[in-house]
Amino acid sequence: MSTIQLPIYLDYSATTPVDERVAEKMAGFMTRSGCFGNPASRSHSFGWTAEKAVETAREQVASLVGADPREIIWTSGATEADNLAIKGAAHFYQKKGRHIVTLKTEHKAVLDPCRQLEREGFEVTYLDPEPSGLLDLNKLEAALREDTILVSIMHVNNEIGVIQDLEAIGNLTRARGIVFHVDAAQSAGKIPLNLSALPVDLASFSAHKIYGPKGVGALYVSRKPRVRLEAQMHGGGHERGLRSGTLATHQIVGMGEAFRIAGEEMDAEAARVLELRDRLWNGLDAMEEVYLNGDLEHRVAGNLNVSFNFVEGESLIMALKDIAVSSGSACTSSSLEPSYVLRALGRDDELAHSSIRFSIGRYTTAEEIDYTVELVKAAVNKLRELSPLWEMYQEGIDLKSVEWVAH
Amino acid sequence: MAYSDKVLDHYENPRNVGAMDKNDTAVGTGMVGAPACGDVMKLQIKVNDAGVIEDAKFKTYGCGSAIASSSLLTEWVKGKTLEEAGAIKNTQIAEELALPPVKIHCSVLAEDAIKAAIDDFRKKGGKTPDAAQESA
Ligand SMILES: Cc1ncc(COP(=O)(O)O)c(C=O)c1O
Repeated sequence: MSTIQLPIYLDYSATTPVDERVAEKMAGFMTRSGCFGNPASRSHSFGWTAEKAVETAREQVASLVGADPREIIWTSGATEADNLAIKGAAHFYQKKGRHIVTLKTEHKAVLDPCRQLEREGFEVTYLDPEPSGLLDLNKLEAALREDTILVSIMHVNNEIGVIQDLEAIGNLTRARGIVFHVDAAQSAGKIPLNLSALPVDLASFSAHKIYGPKGVGALYVSRKPRVRLEAQMHGGGHERGLRSGTLATHQIVGMGEAFRIAGEEMDAEAARVLELRDRLWNGLDAMEEVYLNGDLEHRVAGNLNVSFNFVEGESLIMALKDIAVSSGSACTSSSLEPSYVLRALGRDDELAHSSIRFSIGRYTTAEEIDYTVELVKAAVNKLRELSPLWEMYQEGIDLKSVEWVAH
Repeated sequence: MAYSDKVLDHYENPRNVGAMDKNDTAVGTGMVGAPACGDVMKLQIKVNDAGVIEDAKFKTYGCGSAIASSSLLTEWVKGKTLEEAGAIKNTQIAEELALPPVKIHCSVLAEDAIKAAIDDFRKKGGKTPDAAQESA
């Protein structure tokens, strides 16, 4: 245990460290001793070499997700890609209809653009997932209408890691000529994704979830069938007019390298990470009143989201200060609201309050997992000793029957 | 979120954790809050014939600030008369623990808990343990 460095990072779904190989590559695209040119400069070699680097990265990203490089549009991240996809498609196709369907457990980068479109007069249906986190295709089918123009369903959920069936969803949308957008920020490089064989029209990616730099991402825009978007960022007409702004060469090169490495190492890495995830779950599940959030089978390897009944989440995070985990999504952990994702699964507020997301990645070791199991057990036991709810549970009192004085 | 040293101290070494017999007529029990809101405090006081709080115990389900607020309160009420204990204000707790605005409700809950414990003690004062049961 003495070799373990604290705190242990188990928040790979929030972000990942940049892989050293990626950082090294990026460093070559900034200073005057490197390739610093503007990829849009057509009149000299500085521009040409930068453009070449950007196009190589585009091929690397396309190759990982089974796309044609011409289908990849650079953005500042998955948030921007989601915005461009959702607002861009809605604005372009609004003459056909103004109805959009999405899922309550989507990332805010999808939900918030949908809210904005509602303010603009679009109608949005927010589907409830099943308690497992998965989407019931019958419910989706029932929600599709004549005027539905867009369906946005994420591939892998950032909080609970569940994997949606893109093919089945896309078959429903494609048969109706509805645009299908997928937020794939949490899946690219972690599970196989072959867009050329899937009925998906738009897909969002982020570099920093897969050992690339923060602040860069991409949107896949299908060419066959051709999907049209209205640009959200206007300017010099970069990225075929879909996203103006000088390309961030070093960031893009970093994303390309990260995606290239992921392509090479994904299978072995996923197997190793899965083994660690199982080791963690087996350790935690040995405790009483521990609940897994989200389906275990249809789940990305690195994610484990667990609720510890009768302890409160924030105090648990406090007790777990030697491990970096998140309670719900990193974006929402500054507020006291229980996770909207867990609520959408139908979890009680109590269980939603006491949820911890462990996310495992490239640099996690078995030693770290063993240390984490012991730490969590000790913390949960300590907090349960302090918990009047645990005491009542031990006495056989049904907490649901108690009349609480809400405040 | 950054916690004050005092909150951390109470959180790491909570004082007076435990339970007393809620049917004992010398014991007053206050339970406030709701699991769905993220905090439940149970505060118990043992009162002697002179009306002085001899002992206090707590259990809290809640964030670090809620645990610290109740732990601190048990320290404060010991040796106080019921009147003195009932006069403790949440602002004193919040100030002592340097609670940030979003955590003020924890100190409010602690004030509610001691008031509820005193009420419970008074309500069942002199009654048989059986009659006091439902208020626990
Ligand atoms: C599912 C999902 N979508 C979108 C985002 C936002 O990505 P980015 O940070 O690249 O804007 C994230 C990460 O926070 C995510 O997990």
